[in-house]
Amino acid sequence: MMAKSHITTVINGDPTEFLCETEQTLLDVLRDELHLTGSKEGCASGDCGACSVIVDGRLVCACLVLAVEAQDKTVETIEGMASGERLHPLQTKFLEHAALQCGVCTPGFLIAAKSLLERNPDPTESEVRYWLAGNLCRCTGYDKIVRAVLDAAADMRG
Amino acid sequence: MPITNDRIEDRSDPDVGASVGRAMAHDSAVAHVRGTAVYVDDLPEPKGTVHVVPGYADIARGRIDTLDLEAVRNAPGVLDVLTASSIPEVNDCSPVFGDDPILAADEVSFHGQPLFAVVAETRDQARRAARLARIEAEAIRPIVAVDEGIENGGDLMPSYTFERGNPALSIKACEHRLEGRFRIGGQEHFYLEGQVAIAFPGEGDAMRILSSTQHPTEIQHLVAAMLGVPDAAVVCECRRMGGGFGGKESQAAQWACLAALAARRTGRPAKIRLDRDDDMRMTGKRHDFRVDWRCGFDHEGLLAGVDLAFSSRCGYSADLSMAVNDRTMFHADNAYFYPECRILSRRIRTDTVSNTAFRGFGGPQGMLAAERMMDAIAIHLDRDPFEVRMRNLYAPGRDITPFGMEPQGYRLVRRIMQRLARTGEYAKRRRAIARFNVAAAEGAGHLRKGISLTPVKFGISFTLKHLNQAGALVNVFGDGSVQVNHGGTEMGQGLHTKITQVVAEEFGVDIGRVRITATRTDKVPNTSATAASVGSDLNGMAASRAAGVIRRRLARLAARLFQVRERQVSFAYGQVRVGEESIPFERLTQLAVEERVSLSATGHYATPGMTWDRETVSGNPFYYYAMGAACSEVSVDITTGEMRIDRVDILHDVGRSLNPAIDIGQIEGGFVQGAGWLTTEELAFDEQGRLRTHAPSTYKIPTCSDVPADFRVSLFEQGRNRMPTIHRSKAVGEPPLMLAISVFSAITHAIASLSSRRLPPLDAPATPEAILRAVAALRSEAG
Repeated sequence: MMAKSHITTVINGDPTEFLCETEQTLLDVLRDELHLTGSKEGCASGDCGACSVIVDGRLVCACLVLAVEAQDKTVETIEGMASGERLHPLQTKFLEHAALQCGVCTPGFLIAAKSLLERNPDPTESEVRYWLAGNLCRCTGYDKIVRAVLDAAADMRG
Repeated sequence: MPITNDRIEDRSDPDVGASVGRAMAHDSAVAHVRGTAVYVDDLPEPKGTVHVVPGYADIARGRIDTLDLEAVRNAPGVLDVLTASSIPEVNDCSPVFGDDPILAADEVSFHGQPLFAVVAETRDQARRAARLARIEAEAIRPIVAVDEGIENGGDLMPSYTFERGNPALSIKACEHRLEGRFRIGGQEHFYLEGQVAIAFPGEGDAMRILSSTQHPTEIQHLVAAMLGVPDAAVVCECRRMGGGFGGKESQAAQWACLAALAARRTGRPAKIRLDRDDDMRMTGKRHDFRVDWRCGFDHEGLLAGVDLAFSSRCGYSADLSMAVNDRTMFHADNAYFYPECRILSRRIRTDTVSNTAFRGFGGPQGMLAAERMMDAIAIHLDRDPFEVRMRNLYAPGRDITPFGMEPQGYRLVRRIMQRLARTGEYAKRRRAIARFNVAAAEGAGHLRKGISLTPVKFGISFTLKHLNQAGALVNVFGDGSVQVNHGGTEMGQGLHTKITQVVAEEFGVDIGRVRITATRTDKVPNTSATAASVGSDLNGMAASRAAGVIRRRLARLAARLFQVRERQVSFAYGQVRVGEESIPFERLTQLAVEERVSLSATGHYATPGMTWDRETVSGNPFYYYAMGAACSEVSVDITTGEMRIDRVDILHDVGRSLNPAIDIGQIEGGFVQGAGWLTTEELAFDEQGRLRTHAPSTYKIPTCSDVPADFRVSLFEQGRNRMPTIHRSKAVGEPPLMLAISVFSAITHAIASLSSRRLPPLDAPATPEAILRAVAALRSEAG
């Protein structure tokens, strides 16, 4: 059996080390080893976005990233989105707009939206809809999610 | 947490200061946005947890000659391999008929049917080992499509018919007659959280199961029967599901049974979580249908006779197909009066996964047939389909359903449709669309537009009488905090939030004081599935009754202690008003503990007036109807078949809303799910009976960019249930799904513009391919 890889990375601002098999995905390590279960496995094939995380500023599906690829990178997950008690404006707007139901897709949408607003603080509605088209939601019908993201963007621009 | 939103009106009672009628955030909303809400797969696995993965043969139908599991057993980490012979007692996970083996024994009945299950130290080891089975089987050519089933497979269960008058004769006598055949596709639930369960073996024969299920009681019962232990030895628990939609009503049981079996045999906690592809292959879906219709009507489109023959693909076993297909029949009229009619339903056996409950439960297919007929009549007469629909609505003197009952409150449908036509400017937009399509045709443009306004009238109740009951348990503690538990399950629909509001209202306290706990079969026993839209109707009433018992005890105590009459005691704003005085709620609960008054009570509710008798086709199957209407406008590209929903207006009646934010969420989500069923979601089985669309890469549910940018959803503001439901609210889970039929009709309208008085031969789902086929058919006829 091959030795496990020793990975040094930064997750939600915290220097983190873990051991993993070469074929383990970042999602498996986040969920099973590091107990960061906010990222969900919806399809394990990169089609649903429920495991969206940001790696070195880039939005990715954690189920399509090998855990070893996190070496020397920074990883942002839903668990790092709020600052302690203080929610991120996107989180607040998701609450205010009732933009969630069963909640499984919610972390992925929030991470994807955060990544969008970091690149484009003033997106049009179409830009929001197309950016978020990689995240599936089966409950809400999306309208409230789009409104929440646009509202949060407006808030964050001040 | 109250929600402020310009689209949502607060309907709460200012005298109580509690929360019924107020837009409140989902009870887990903060946990959801933080990613800390715990689903079954998120729980830390106890030390020693084993993992279970099912295995199957690569055929859809055949006898197993050899099931060689030697390599599986010898694979790294494998502890046990479960087969049918591992099951101590009953090898069945069916909801009713006893025909769904947990593990198939000698015969394969559909592609993906579990034959064995690997138990290993890790999930990865179990998955790898499951691939190593050597299975020799004599494959038989499977019966896959419903048409093949009609010819070769036969009926899974007897047909059922509603009949009034002599429709054949009345149709024959009509000035206008039409007939046709069309197909309605099935639908995968695609709950974002797949099937999952974990079982903990207890002392002796005890077993505790956490499952993502809409029906904990059924799992308790099936696991007990499988293990040969009393129901009392088994507890099933569900805190929340990541979506259900009917797909975890009967379909969650098999996995819970396998986990429990592995836990019993290894003595260790056992977990099963289906891979998405396995989940889509192994679990049932919405029934797909062939509909053969015939009708006769006058020059204004008024129906005289209707003959509808439904044939549905049920799959290899009964599951819930009887009730599902019955509901197709109950809704084959949607909101229209059929003077003479025959509604026939055949339930076809096929060698495919057993189709099951899915939001609407057969109703959507029945309604779609009715609306297809309305479009056909209007196109044939070159009239506005809205006019034809209004003309055929139930009306005084024309108000008996095909099953012989007056649909109570049906007048509301007409009011809702009229109001929506006005606010949505239906007539004006239809004229504009007609002009657009003429100009497009003249200019060889590639876009055509269509618009449609369709109603929904959906019967509320389980059509099986004994399911219409619920229980709840309320505990109040000395510190004034409240716990409520009820038989319903939370799948994202906000049931727990609504129940919390109902209980808070009883005690006149803030919702923050009321804590909801996981649904557990040892807290509230003998429950029904959370299904048929009645979750809050049934459980809300039961919870309200349980809380009411405690409130009355508290009022009696306060009256005694403060020397006032009981009716001088009232509860509001976290205070208890006792005559002229006011004390905090928690002061009274503390006094109750000191005065030895019980602060725990159960409540039970059984829906009154359920008289439906299937044998004699008589009586009332529904307590009331939920109604609404939608107006959809679409653009269709006739060169590519692509379709876009440009605008949707919805007006829906939820009675007196318990929580407008949650109700609007149900309406929007239901509509979009229905639109997916009718436009993008296609279940493709090959001739060998293999599902080829078994992942989101090929099975397309709507995304953010597919839903209408202009989406106007309103609650019918005068809503109030005529029946004494919980706070006069109405069920909202399923009915909005069928509002999406307006999208299918609008597509029909857009394509129909290519020809004159020809109904486009469009099947559901109206995928780009289906649209192109319909376009080509009309053009070849026209040409």
